[in-house]
Amino acid sequence: MATIDSKIPEGPIAEKWTNYKAHQKLVNPANKRKLDIIVVGTGLAGASAASTLAEMGFNILNFCIQDSPRRAHSIAAQGGINAAKNYQNDGDSVYRLFYDTVKGGDYRAREANVYRLAEVSNNIIDQCVAQGVPFAREYGGLLANRSFGGAQVSRTFYAKGQTGQQLLLGAYSSLNRQIKAGKVKSYNRYELHDIVMVDGRARGIIAKNLVTGEFERFAAHAVVLATGGYGNTYFLSTNAMGCNCSAAIAAYRKGAYFANPSYVQIHPTCIPVHGDKQSKLTLMSESLRNDGRIWVPKKIEDAKKLQKGEIKGSDIPEEDRDYYLERRYPAFGNLVPRDVASRAAKERCDKGFGVNNTGLAVFLDFSEAINRLGIDVVRQRYGNLFDMYEEISDVNPGEFAREINGVKYYNPMMIFPAIHYTMGGLWVDYELQTSVKGLFAIGECNFSDHGANRLGASALMQGLADGYFVLPYTIQNYLSDQITVPRFDPNSKEFIDAQKKCEAEQDALMKIKGKRSVDSIHKDLGHIMWEYVGMGRTKESLETALTKLKELRKEFETNLFIPGKEEGMNVELDKAFRLKDFIMMGELIARDALSRNESCGGHFREEYQTEEGEAKRDDENYFYVGCWNYQGDDNKEPELLKEPLKYEAIKVQTRNYKS
Amino acid sequence: MATDNIMKVNLKVWRQAGPKEKGGFVTYENVETTPDTSFLETLDILNESLIEKGEEPIVFDHDCRDGICGMCSLYINGHPHGPATGATTCQLYMRRFKNGETITVEPWRSAAFPVLKDLMVNRNAFDQIQQAGGYVSFNCGGAQDANAIPISKVDADEAMDSATCIGCGACVAACKNGSAMLFVSAKVSQFALLPQGRVEAAKRVKAMVAKMDELGFGNCTNTRACEAECPKRISISNIARMNREFLCAKLKD
Repeated sequence: MATIDSKIPEGPIAEKWTNYKAHQKLVNPANKRKLDIIVVGTGLAGASAASTLAEMGFNILNFCIQDSPRRAHSIAAQGGINAAKNYQNDGDSVYRLFYDTVKGGDYRAREANVYRLAEVSNNIIDQCVAQGVPFAREYGGLLANRSFGGAQVSRTFYAKGQTGQQLLLGAYSSLNRQIKAGKVKSYNRYELHDIVMVDGRARGIIAKNLVTGEFERFAAHAVVLATGGYGNTYFLSTNAMGCNCSAAIAAYRKGAYFANPSYVQIHPTCIPVHGDKQSKLTLMSESLRNDGRIWVPKKIEDAKKLQKGEIKGSDIPEEDRDYYLERRYPAFGNLVPRDVASRAAKERCDKGFGVNNTGLAVFLDFSEAINRLGIDVVRQRYGNLFDMYEEISDVNPGEFAREINGVKYYNPMMIFPAIHYTMGGLWVDYELQTSVKGLFAIGECNFSDHGANRLGASALMQGLADGYFVLPYTIQNYLSDQITVPRFDPNSKEFIDAQKKCEAEQDALMKIKGKRSVDSIHKDLGHIMWEYVGMGRTKESLETALTKLKELRKEFETNLFIPGKEEGMNVELDKAFRLKDFIMMGELIARDALSRNESCGGHFREEYQTEEGEAKRDDENYFYVGCWNYQGDDNKEPELLKEPLKYEAIKVQTRNYKS
Repeated sequence: MATDNIMKVNLKVWRQAGPKEKGGFVTYENVETTPDTSFLETLDILNESLIEKGEEPIVFDHDCRDGICGMCSLYINGHPHGPATGATTCQLYMRRFKNGETITVEPWRSAAFPVLKDLMVNRNAFDQIQQAGGYVSFNCGGAQDANAIPISKVDADEAMDSATCIGCGACVAACKNGSAMLFVSAKVSQFALLPQGRVEAAKRVKAMVAKMDELGFGNCTNTRACEAECPKRISISNIARMNREFLCAKLKD
């Protein structure tokens, strides 16, 4: 059995990163010019890594599946980015951000990585402001902050409800500067299909040009994956339509461990599902929970009337509303972490208190905030989100509805949890290197910083931390002895063979000639995953899922139909490749969930809960990172390896958001 | 919430097999959808039915379906991003259309954005303009504290309004001259309004305008079609600001 070395540096937690940097190997400027690095992905992690490595002098080949690097899915992040600046003088510090993130992750993250993340968080804000990112400001000209779930301080920096967009455009601008300087070569509408290994190290990729349909070969000294998460395994999620896990699965097939796949984040505030033709779910930013109050009716008869459409939310007066988060978690109220808020919504809906026709929705209400602050202030904060909600659901949440006993009520939003983010991902060591030499993973693509649950506004922080401030250091430790290695020839046998393998896989998919479209099978996959591997999992449900996934794989392999030709652009063919890997991913998620006989963060096993319905961890037996090791064949069960967690700075305890 | 009212629409869609092939309209009749279904989901429904018949689906660009990535395009009934104002195609819902209506769907109409297939176009020219100067020349690592330079909230908010541009290309598609002035001026304005961007403001505006001209985009004649069709409501005052920046920069040459 392989042993796992996480390469955590020696020393007290606050000195580890400093010690690492002081002793790591570097590549001198003249030698950087001789080294090529492939960066796949142009989201926050990919764009920031590509531009920063290019600024240092490395030659970068940068790939994205969209028509421009600016469109990577980081762009859709709404709420904000955390940093331990303590500009609000409310008691924040690097240690507190570190502590909140570890606690928010339900004590399943690697301590040293999280401390480093908190440490560099402040640099990120400095960096982005210097780039010209127009963060929200106070009248005095200094930066504004707001609060996010899982924290008792205001440490979230934001740019309206478009923080991800502004941070990504910042990274994209730096990337553009390096493209112009000739240090980055940008390949748009290209998708990774395989990682090429030479003498046991990642030395290049096979990527498909999505416009011409040709497979092309690219060689480099190291390969960095910044290809995001696997949320679309569930078909319906808040991820963009193109988000997929094929690059991560390609790495897994090459021997990169897949860590903690069962840790999937279900975001509590999304617009509820409306019909079976729906293609994706829309997120309503967590920032809404700063002023919005979540509730369902106290009386079951009111809920029944809401479900039949006989009354509206605004017809129910204050005393008959159950603000269940404030009731259950007085200390954090509506700002509990996402996993807690999602489960609480499910619990109410399971008991029959859901508020729409499907019974799968709760209210998010701004009446109190509008009465307190006035509609203008509330619209200034959330206007774009209100508009977005209205366009989709035809209800304006800022509109006055009625007055009951002197209290004014406004139309509430309806929300329900949806798949949003994946904490699991490719296993990486402290240097962000996977278990394959020369292959690195950054951003959502890796598993490292969020444990079993990610806090709001921490994804942007982690993506940019990895890309701007961590990988550009750590990758040098790997590259320092590569300076004498000449450039690789993409016409060598390894590359040609890898390309042939991709072409053979493509032939096989086209030859199935069955009856079902990619989407119809993907929807089946989504149903299996949501039903049996969703918010509440049991041993039985997971075993059922594994059986059904096996059948679904068979269905895919025998009954898939792809119209059109292999040559040229064929979007259905491209989707089929992704679906094949989503099915494999689904099996990994279910398998990991089945192996983890405890509840923690986004992984909730119904057998393991407290009397009050809270997640019950088992630190004695499951205080480890579950790493899945591919066995050379899709049909063989992967081997589970364990990286034990070691906590030195934080005392592991039960998460408490009540007091 | 969900209304189960079925509605039927006819979709008259531009089909074109490749960049050099001749394209034409094909009408698909009686596509079944509901008012709560989005326009792109209605295209998905049509595509599923085409695949069932063994035909190739209609190719169109789309990704986030949240109105922010700028991937979706489409000229719908003569309007970039369709009849709704301040919204992208992916944020368009069928309740905006009448039952039985024939909806015409075309790719962006602009020489600068050649068709790749069906409704998908190549917007690479936009990236090239940004590469010409849409950045602050600053290497990662050397930044001072983020609060070291106070920036007036008014300027920061205005810069944010300009920075909201999603680079979809609707402004170019809407313009009878095929001008990219709204797109370029939004980036020029964002940086011109912030102290971090001021340092290179003159160099930037000249470089970006030169690239825009080189790539064959037309000029601005103040018809304001771009502003009217912009899904992010970018104001043409950005164009005025860019013209001023450009003039000042040129006068110093």
